[in-house]
Amino acid sequence: MAELDLNDYAVITKGLTKRFGEIVAVDHVDLRIKRGEIYGFLGPNGAGKSTTIRMLCGLMDATEGSGYVLGHDIAAEPERIKEKIGYMSQRFSLYEDLTVRENLDFYASLYSVPNGIKRVRIEQMVQMADLTGREGTLAAHLSGGWKQRLALGCSIIHKPELLFLDEPTAGVDPVSRRNFWDLIYRLSEEGITIVATTHYMDEAEHCDSLGFIYQGRMTAQGSREEIKANALKGQVIEIECHPMREATIFLETLPGVAEVVRFGNTIHVVTEDRSLSPADVEARLTVENLKVSRVEAAIPSIEDIFIAFVGLADRRSLRAQLKRMREREL
Amino acid sequence: MRSRLLGMIRKEFIQMWRDRLTVGMMLSMPMMILVIIGWAINTDVKHMATAVLDQSRTPESRDLLTAFTNSQYFNLDYHVDSYEEITRLVDSGSAKVGIVLPPDYARALKQQRVAQIQVIVDASDPMVATSAINAANAIGQVGSLKIASEMLQRSTGRVPPPTPLDVRVRAWYNPDLVSSIFIIPGLLSFILMQTTITIIAMVVVRERERGTLEALIVSPLRRWELMIAKIVPNVVIAYAQMTLALVFGVWAFGIPVRGSLILLYFLSLFFIMGTLGLGILLSTIARTQQQAMQLAYFIFVPSVYLSGVLFPIEGMPPLARTVAYVIPLTYYVEIIRGIMLKGIGISYLWKHLLVLATIGVVLITASILRFHKKLG
Repeated sequence: MAELDLNDYAVITKGLTKRFGEIVAVDHVDLRIKRGEIYGFLGPNGAGKSTTIRMLCGLMDATEGSGYVLGHDIAAEPERIKEKIGYMSQRFSLYEDLTVRENLDFYASLYSVPNGIKRVRIEQMVQMADLTGREGTLAAHLSGGWKQRLALGCSIIHKPELLFLDEPTAGVDPVSRRNFWDLIYRLSEEGITIVATTHYMDEAEHCDSLGFIYQGRMTAQGSREEIKANALKGQVIEIECHPMREATIFLETLPGVAEVVRFGNTIHVVTEDRSLSPADVEARLTVENLKVSRVEAAIPSIEDIFIAFVGLADRRSLRAQLKRMREREL
Repeated sequence: MRSRLLGMIRKEFIQMWRDRLTVGMMLSMPMMILVIIGWAINTDVKHMATAVLDQSRTPESRDLLTAFTNSQYFNLDYHVDSYEEITRLVDSGSAKVGIVLPPDYARALKQQRVAQIQVIVDASDPMVATSAINAANAIGQVGSLKIASEMLQRSTGRVPPPTPLDVRVRAWYNPDLVSSIFIIPGLLSFILMQTTITIIAMVVVRERERGTLEALIVSPLRRWELMIAKIVPNVVIAYAQMTLALVFGVWAFGIPVRGSLILLYFLSLFFIMGTLGLGILLSTIARTQQQAMQLAYFIFVPSVYLSGVLFPIEGMPPLARTVAYVIPLTYYVEIIRGIMLKGIGISYLWKHLLVLATIGVVLITASILRFHKKLG
């Protein structure tokens, strides 16, 4: 790691690893998060996202590897890091028996926000969280979206340089999720570096850069454009045909097909490379006496891209896992 | 640093204020104990229901029965005609004591033979039995002596010499031998320990359970600041509880405070620090508030039985005595009894202070060290 890097990057890790006994939760992760960007850390539940964030924040020690956050070594100077970062966890970390104002006031004093500025900051946070008029309400009595925004307010009341958001939108309704990302954009415009973990693949669209993690290992990392451009060697073909069962079985055995997934009454085929075109697929299906009603190339989703990085053997189980998570959220 | 610590302490007080029910219970617990021990429980058993089978029915037998009544220990509620009736009354619990005077009681006395008096005691409750047995024995001895000297006087015409031995027992510190005066300071200490351990363990575990601990660890708050912020409000509450208990105990029950209150408050600080350290230590082991409660009972049970609160340590087998001397409550009970009942000062209590201070330092250090561990 050259000294130069430290100034350009908010987070750099090298071989960061965390083991819990036999289990390797985080396996030699190399992160590159530039200052000022919104970095999306994506992966299914249990992939190692939260554990990685916790090591960066000083909540856990790394078993192996090293990391720098805002230029400070995570092993040697955790206290220096703590003053400059904000952290908001999925659990929101609010004191339910404290009011909105008391929560903000408490977090402000925790980060030694000077008294003169404190009042103004609290007022700003109340406005940002859309909690004007509710300053005296106990946090316990706020609904999900408000709690989330208050938690965000508490984690940025000291104007951190870097904000870690660990599953900030989990369990929050879609409207609140959208509002929340609007707030994140505004913070980013103020120059705060943002690192957000999420298992919602669609939230990747909000990020400048992405990192994919699966079973503790980074499978891809880069700017959103880079990832979209380079991720898929093949393409995604959407097919509607009848009978679906036979078509699926046939497509799975077709040379050049990497993956076959059924979404409702369409079949998603991910090809291994560009040699297999939609027209080829249609021809092959017709030869097999299957009634084809539609075949066309589709724009790959972030999920398709994510899965493309995973080994062949893991694809099916990862699809199933992501599908289960989507269904549960609905 | 000042802002962090003060902010944290203020937060703890606000949370306490929001949880007034718990604080209220903490503060009123000693008063409840005082009321129960002081008014409801009386370990000096008097006025026991007694059944009498007087087969002699003579002035002599009535004299003896009057002595039983006058002792105040026996209420001669049942006068029965058969031994079976006494059995029935004691079996049913209506009578705790049965007295049987033989038909030849008066005759035996006149003929200078030994007159046998049978006293049946329901010993299923040893407290009642001991009182009854002691009282009956005393009545028997005093009665025998009186009869013997009367007979001597009658037969020789001389006034008998006064009894050769005169043992005068002075019950110091508690002249009326009221057992509640002995028990109350001990129980108040136990309640103080119980509430401080429970509350601080709950308060810390709650942070862990609700996920707020994560936010504290991520913040620049130092571990010792967190500890102090948890300890300070609890020390305040502990002193409030103690003060209320003392005021109430002195005002309503006349519990004496013979020694220096300042010394008592000073020494209490070391005990409270120790119990709070223990509570934090528990909170580092327990994952949930329920677990913390259950763990706490592992401390409460030996403390209440082995510390001398209820039973004297002197009577315990060596192993139990060894355990007793590592329990902080043991030393505190001796301090509080020493100051309140005996009025003794630091010249007698410095060893206790030393032990409590050591225990406190060890426990608080251990809890800070254990707490230092990060998540996972």
